Amino acid sequence: MASITINNLTKYYRSSCAVDHIDLHVAEGELISLLGPSGCGKTTTLRMLAGFVQPDIGQIFVGDRLVSSPQRTVAPEKRNMSMIFQSYAIWPHKTVFENVAFGLELRNISRDQLRARVSRALEIVHLGKLAQRYPSELSGGQQQRVALARAVVVEPEILLLDEPLSNLDASLRDEMRNEIRNLHDQLGLTTVYVTHDQGEALVLSDRIVVMYDGTIQQVGTPEEIYEQPATEFVARFIGRCNVLTGTLLASGQVDVGGVLIAAENYAPGVSHGHEVALSVRPHSILIDPIACPFADSTVNCFTAWIKQHDYYGEFREYIVQLHESEIMLSVVTPPQIHHQVGEQMHLAIPPAACRVVPRSTQITTEVSATIAAATAAAV
Amino acid sequence: MTGQIPIPNSIRHSYLRFNQWRTGIDFSPFFWLLFVATLLLLIGLPGFWLIFRSFTMTGSGAFTLSNYFEVFSNPRFREALLNSLILATGAGIFSVVIGVPLAWAVTRTNMPLRGLMRVLLLVAFSIPTFLGGVAWILLAAPTSGWLNRVAAALIGTETLFNIHTMLGAIFVVGLYSFQYVFLMVSSALEFVSSELEDAATILGAGIWKSTLRITLPLVLPAIVSGFILAFLEAIALFGSPTIILVPARINIITTEIWQQFQFPPNIELASAFAICLIILTAFLLYVQRQLLARKGYTTLTGKAGRKRLIDLGAWRWLFLAFTLLIATLSLFLPVYVLLRTALSKSWGRPLDATNLTLQWFDDVLFKQPFTNIAIKNTLIYAAGAAVLAMLIGIVIAYLTSRRLTRFYKVLEFIPMLPLAIPGIVIAVGIFAAYSRPPLLLYGTALMLIVAFTTRFLPIAFSNSNNIFKSINPELELAARNLGASQVATVQKITVPLVKRGLISGWILVFILSVRELSCAILLYTNNTQVISTALFQLVTEGSYERVAALGIIMLVIVFTAIGSAYKLLGRDFMLEQS
Repeated sequence: MASITINNLTKYYRSSCAVDHIDLHVAEGELISLLGPSGCGKTTTLRMLAGFVQPDIGQIFVGDRLVSSPQRTVAPEKRNMSMIFQSYAIWPHKTVFENVAFGLELRNISRDQLRARVSRALEIVHLGKLAQRYPSELSGGQQQRVALARAVVVEPEILLLDEPLSNLDASLRDEMRNEIRNLHDQLGLTTVYVTHDQGEALVLSDRIVVMYDGTIQQVGTPEEIYEQPATEFVARFIGRCNVLTGTLLASGQVDVGGVLIAAENYAPGVSHGHEVALSVRPHSILIDPIACPFADSTVNCFTAWIKQHDYYGEFREYIVQLHESEIMLSVVTPPQIHHQVGEQMHLAIPPAACRVVPRSTQITTEVSATIAAATAAAV
Repeated sequence: MTGQIPIPNSIRHSYLRFNQWRTGIDFSPFFWLLFVATLLLLIGLPGFWLIFRSFTMTGSGAFTLSNYFEVFSNPRFREALLNSLILATGAGIFSVVIGVPLAWAVTRTNMPLRGLMRVLLLVAFSIPTFLGGVAWILLAAPTSGWLNRVAAALIGTETLFNIHTMLGAIFVVGLYSFQYVFLMVSSALEFVSSELEDAATILGAGIWKSTLRITLPLVLPAIVSGFILAFLEAIALFGSPTIILVPARINIITTEIWQQFQFPPNIELASAFAICLIILTAFLLYVQRQLLARKGYTTLTGKAGRKRLIDLGAWRWLFLAFTLLIATLSLFLPVYVLLRTALSKSWGRPLDATNLTLQWFDDVLFKQPFTNIAIKNTLIYAAGAAVLAMLIGIVIAYLTSRRLTRFYKVLEFIPMLPLAIPGIVIAVGIFAAYSRPPLLLYGTALMLIVAFTTRFLPIAFSNSNNIFKSINPELELAARNLGASQVATVQKITVPLVKRGLISGWILVFILSVRELSCAILLYTNNTQVISTALFQLVTEGSYERVAALGIIMLVIVFTAIGSAYKLLGRDFMLEQS
């Protein structure tokens, strides 16, 4: 077991920067997620950790041992790490037992000990009875378990996982996610988990590293990431969120196209008179057909029209348009509260729920599409 | 046909009844009859006569098992069988030893010039093995071979190389059949995701260990099937082993069959021999099928894995040198020595100004009547066979892939049958069927065209089959749905979609027919010479300058055909040859 320290790590592909001067410390025994849309640099970072890719700038230390630098990279096979691949990478010509035993065979241990350790690893992932099967005779979840057993049986210092659940059915995904967390807690391995699925990252991680365009946007616990997003990108990427852009006034209000919205929660890096983004979660916004649902009706109280209504079973989502403005907001209510499209509502945005974050200028349409897809998947 | 929404069955049957709409007469029974008759003539009849005559006494025509008894009891034939097995096994092993590392280096590593090397190896594959054999006799015949003369000048020995040995034959046959292994293993390696290797690497295996323990075992079925294909190619080969081994007095099955056709001919014994060869071939093809179907070897991935090229470091130059060596042995040296010989007044003398001439080209093109006619015949027969094979292939493929008949399983199987049958055996069958009244074709052009058509029908059929499998039938149904008639649909939708595939199939059969020797050698007469048989005759006469000139002409025809296919269809064409 060991900690990981990443200093100023950079990787260029042709002229573009896949990983852009990132710094990160992963504590011993910690489970950390690298989260971001495809192309954000998370997989390249993981492959540099594994030793498959050599950095162009920067270093990676395991404990105090330098493993990667532009000058010298320790080969993947000499790092004592294990990796779980997106495709599982189970060898189809070897039985379950042979797959798991492979890593130990390379370590020259006695036949009996090998058998004992493989059996124990298979027990941990509940595959003891399937040891002699071929992978083609296993279900997707079972193959994933083989990959897990194969990775942990060699007692690595560090476990790396590259989108391990993305090929599984939704129902199996929850089960395997818990399995991975349990395995981590049992063995206490320092674990780096790459995913584009924010739900997975929120449930699974000790800390989350949100990456975008080769840079780290925010590092924090799941609560910090969800409640205190550091940038517009994080706010948009994690969970459902209304993001309005405007100018931060000296009063602390945000001027969104002439509508003034008060906020009480400011991320570092925002300053008065500059362009900012204001994020507020749909479930924080209150609506009422009769009166402003907020005690102090002078702050952030608006009238709005319901433009669209979607029933999700667990909740309802209303898309509302503020009176005399272009601003559209998503509002989520319990399913019991039912309004019609076209109704006029009173709407309150609690200032405490309004987080002001710096704008992320480079969000391309492609990335917004991935974000939309990720958000849809998370519902 | 009313305007109602058609039920699937009515669509199915309407396909074959299109003539009925125009004339009111249902032509489909005639169409069927013609079709079944063609298949019978090409495959059924020769097959029947082959089996029948193998059980017949020469002369009297009485039933007998003595032909088979003769094959297995005569020590000379047993020796031929053994020699053929040695040759084929040797060529198979040679193919694996060469083909596997080359396939790996070209598809998985950062060896320089990978693309070019791949093309060179495949260009070598399009040189007829027989011509390769001729070239290697010119290169490595004891004393007279060019390499031996170079060796004599350098180190004073004239017999450093001797191609007229079993090892020599294995070497030459292997040089032109390792591409089976190369192609099969390359395409298998394309499907091995790098993650499978990375998984081994991170558990502690280096490049060599993960390649030897993970990658190669994963493609083992491809290696074995490549071996079997090379083996089958070698055991069915007539031309190059014959000209290499006959001077060494080593006999093999195919030369024995050929000798039964020399005077006095013994078709019955040749048939028995041929049947034995078919059984051996069919058995090996069965083994190959079983191997490929085995569970556990299908590569599983959730997503198609990405591939990274393995960094070989300094080793990549070694692999490049090895690849270049094989390209030199199979392509550069043979073409060089053929050109050199064709351009010399006498190939034994050094190539200088006094020895330079174009007379041999003039000779084989214009002066010699039999080579002149052979070139014309080759072009006509190959083109004719290609048209015929594609016509039959495309119709069967359409019927079977669209399930237009209940017998589609049988129909799919029949045109593939000749694949399991060596060319010389097909020739025995065709001879047995068509050298007697009422269907006396012997001595006519049709004899060879029929033989080539039968031999390459599997290629034409599988080519056509792939075309139709890649076209969704809904494309046709959509046209029907919008109001196009069956005829209009075929004209406007189907034909344009399949055109490129048809042309590439035609060119492929044409090329294979131009190269074909083992079938033609038993069937040609003086008026129906083709280039390959003329080459064989010239080799037996020892007229190597003419052989080289005619060989170059054959290569020009083959490469022109390949080149035009490339131009027409892009570089996929070469890959389809596999």
